[in-house]
Amino acid sequence: MAASTIMKKTGAALVAPVGWLAALIDPPLRALQKATGLNGMAAFFLAPNMAIFGIFVLFPLVINFAYSMTGGSALFLSGRTYVGAEQYERLLTCENYLDKRSCVEDLFWNAAGNTALFVLFQVALMTVVAMITALILNRELRARGFWRAVFFFPVLLSPVVVGLIWRWILQRQGLLNYLLHQFGIDQVLWLTDRFWAFAAAIMVSVWAHMGFYALILLAGLQAIPKDLYEAAEMDGTRPARVFWRITLPLLMPNLIVVIVLALIRAVQIFDEVYVLTGGGPGTSTMFLTQYIYEIGFAQLIRNPGLAAAASILMGAVLVVLTLLQLAASRRNQNAGAAK
Amino acid sequence: MKTMQSAVLALTVGLTATAQAFAGDVRVMWYSDGVEGEVIQDLLNRFMKDNPGINVILDNVAYSVIQEQLPIQLEAGQGPDIARVTNIKALADHWLDLTPHIADPDYWRTSFGPQADWMRPDGSDAITGFMTQLTLTGGFANKTLFEQAGVEIPGEKATWDDWAAASAKVAASQQLPMAFAIDRSGHRISGPAISYGANFIAADGMPAKLDDGAKAFIERFVQWNADDSHSKEVWVSAAGSTYRAAADDFINAQMPFYYSGSWQVANLSTKIGDAFDWVATGSPCGPDACTGLPGGAALVGIKYTKNAEDVGKVMDFLAQEDIVKEFSERTLFLPAHKGVVEKGLDFQSDDPNVKAALNVFVKASSAVAPNAAALPAWKWASAYYNALVTRVSQVIAGEMTLEEAYTSIDSDIADAVAEASR
Repeated sequence: MAASTIMKKTGAALVAPVGWLAALIDPPLRALQKATGLNGMAAFFLAPNMAIFGIFVLFPLVINFAYSMTGGSALFLSGRTYVGAEQYERLLTCENYLDKRSCVEDLFWNAAGNTALFVLFQVALMTVVAMITALILNRELRARGFWRAVFFFPVLLSPVVVGLIWRWILQRQGLLNYLLHQFGIDQVLWLTDRFWAFAAAIMVSVWAHMGFYALILLAGLQAIPKDLYEAAEMDGTRPARVFWRITLPLLMPNLIVVIVLALIRAVQIFDEVYVLTGGGPGTSTMFLTQYIYEIGFAQLIRNPGLAAAASILMGAVLVVLTLLQLAASRRNQNAGAAK
Repeated sequence: MKTMQSAVLALTVGLTATAQAFAGDVRVMWYSDGVEGEVIQDLLNRFMKDNPGINVILDNVAYSVIQEQLPIQLEAGQGPDIARVTNIKALADHWLDLTPHIADPDYWRTSFGPQADWMRPDGSDAITGFMTQLTLTGGFANKTLFEQAGVEIPGEKATWDDWAAASAKVAASQQLPMAFAIDRSGHRISGPAISYGANFIAADGMPAKLDDGAKAFIERFVQWNADDSHSKEVWVSAAGSTYRAAADDFINAQMPFYYSGSWQVANLSTKIGDAFDWVATGSPCGPDACTGLPGGAALVGIKYTKNAEDVGKVMDFLAQEDIVKEFSERTLFLPAHKGVVEKGLDFQSDDPNVKAALNVFVKASSAVAPNAAALPAWKWASAYYNALVTRVSQVIAGEMTLEEAYTSIDSDIADAVAEASR
């Protein structure tokens, strides 16, 4: 028997069960479509996804909101006392909003202030470094594929691994201080000095995630038509002017995506910094997510209501950031369409 | 609403609960710091050989499971049949009263009576379990470093100041990065604070405001961190109530004095080996006492078991004098059994440092101050420990002054009590 015939028969045998299944479900689906119409069928096919979304996203969100309106240390809603907006009031009450120590829940304001500062510096640094990396990787380098992989590799690492690696490097008797010692420089307490610990948190976070954002920018750079650069070169335009007049404007859609994604990720920062500094020294690298974790889970006397209220407030900030991203994307799309 | 609550409960239990025992099975949730998991399995195998109708399943879990997941299971009326726990008092409502299920309740009361209150609700006379291990906070000195530096190890009645000064001399002489360290834990600095006259419990049983005794020790402790005699890295290396042990620096001979507790003996023996000689020192003195803080891990029956009779039999077996003695000698743990303590133990270790160290802790346990002895059975101890560790760390890191920290500690404790009392 010819090979092609065998292949045809095997293929038919493999496809046959699909046909049988289709024949089996076709009549009830037709009946359903007749009864519910096209919209009903759409709802039918969306139902599994909506159920997963409802159970694992929407339902916990509602439950979380319900928790934020309760007090006590009991874990289950049935054992908790309804307190209305008391937890929000506790989080947001300060005698003087310029002095976080005057706030009832000063640790929350500490964490919120740290998160705001972290977002500001980390996103700025992340964007600049990712941009520089993308510009370099976009050039005709030897072993360009290898270098792209090198910069992307940290993205693949678990945040816990990232935190541990950098803790070994930065701790008092770590690799960095050993190297400094070899050059006769005094050791620096990278993780126990408030300034250096905060700087380390930013630097490690940039190192861990920069590859992902560089990749987005690289894709944008490669989409810019080469003839624009050739024309600029023929006109003798300086490289800096080429960057500001051609590269940056044409890269703006990708740049906005990078900034907004980095912004959202920075607000949610927890894992690698928690492993690296534990939130210390003092509370100088304790961010909102760690505050919520500490209050709701880590302490022996837990306060799930306060943790839930803090997470709702943090969620509100994330919603605003997401809306900003949507607005920026739409504006870019509209600008693109107008051109 | 009821249906909704049931659904939430069912979902959460489904997601968090471990498998419950089938009839005839007794599940034991167990965590280990050292070799105790192997020892208890060996003892349980012996029990099952003599009691073929009872199948005991030992679930070895991480300590975090005991701390974070077990309370959720218990709230849902689920969980194992027996568990080894350290948060003994706060969860006491979930423990099974073993009295009707054990052969001789009077034996239990005589043998484990002094710790019975640690693991039952206030006012109850239930027998809920027994301590598998008593612990006592205390110090360890690197004898070799002291000898090399030509500094005499401070004696029995030496104060915290004496120890700080002697350790600083050794550190300077041996060019060590730090003189001493206390684990980052509110529990660990409570013994020293009590030695300085602190009393955490008010007359009505509720938390007292931070007193002059506690403030006196905290002030010293902050000063030791400021002048770098205490390892700053330990206390500022985390925020909130996160626990950090300083054992590694002692094991690596980076400091001559380390304040932790009796549970470190096996760990130090294993990791230090014959690298240097070390001794247990007991707790340094303050003006009021030379006390450590007692504590430990308890083995308790769980109220929601379906095999209470079998649980009683397993607990009866493990609480036998010869079994407690064997368990303690093999694990190098201090026993809670009165008879075992009175008759003495022959700890099974070739390391000469171990026996000497354990004897120091046994001796120190008789010098525990009443204020310290009351804490393991006190419901609000955790609230105090949380506030102490969080705020003292902030002072050491330079985020707040001592006065601000004292105010915050009092308000943190009051908030925790108010929230938990709703």
